[in-house]
Amino acid sequence: MVTVVFCLAVVVGIVSAVVALSHRSPVVNVLSLVVTLFCIAVSYALLGAEFLAAAQILIYAGAILVLFLFVVMLLNAPEEQPAKEPRPFQRAAGLLLALLAGAGGVAVLIGIQVAAPGVQVAGDARAIGRMLVGQYLFAFEFISVVLLAALVGALVLVKRKH
Amino acid sequence: MTVTPMHFVIFAAVLFAIGAAGVLLRRSGISILLGIELMLNAANLALVAFGRIHGALDAQVFVFFVMAVAAAEVAVGLALLVAIFRKQQSIDVDRLNVLRW
Repeated sequence: MVTVVFCLAVVVGIVSAVVALSHRSPVVNVLSLVVTLFCIAVSYALLGAEFLAAAQILIYAGAILVLFLFVVMLLNAPEEQPAKEPRPFQRAAGLLLALLAGAGGVAVLIGIQVAAPGVQVAGDARAIGRMLVGQYLFAFEFISVVLLAALVGALVLVKRKH
Repeated sequence: MTVTPMHFVIFAAVLFAIGAAGVLLRRSGISILLGIELMLNAANLALVAFGRIHGALDAQVFVFFVMAVAAAEVAVGLALLVAIFRKQQSIDVDRLNVLRW
């Protein structure tokens, strides 16, 4: 059962990720990335991180990608036109670098031997909440300052100058 | 075949490569931000998988913080895109070739 769900999540996730980053229309890109992020949420659930699976759907699909859709529709972003000056060498180099990142990552990760046994940890909201307001209290408070700074920064950036 | 956390890490590596290819190959600013989001998510997935391997909950707390920072990043990035669009009437990054305007 877990195997079937995992394989489904991997196939759907990778296909929709490729569509998200190769299709011309920006709206299709954003909506396709939503599907990929759902597949990642499924992976979190399979790994026993139920709180993160819920947070992933709420934060990413619910907030961040809706923000993307707002901007796409606000800008009335046109479909990406073919390049006026095609740069085959740069494209090949970019693709090669990305492949290197993926292949190198897989090669390194396969070689890792982990000594610790796979212990099941409870990923429920109670345990994470206790850590957030205990061990990681400073980071938890500081992240709110970061979010406030981003809020103010975004407002300043889009403010029309008079 | 039983699914081990290592399979999730390899899935994350593949997603990271797709996101990196998007950032390197696309010219639309929105697509580049989407690629960055995908790379951040792949890193999050790898963190959760490693946390599962080691039996530690700290990784999930880190992922929570990464999500918050990603939200801040995307808000500022999209605001920059809107500001650029107002100046240039385009979000094609090939056209951003001046140091001041």
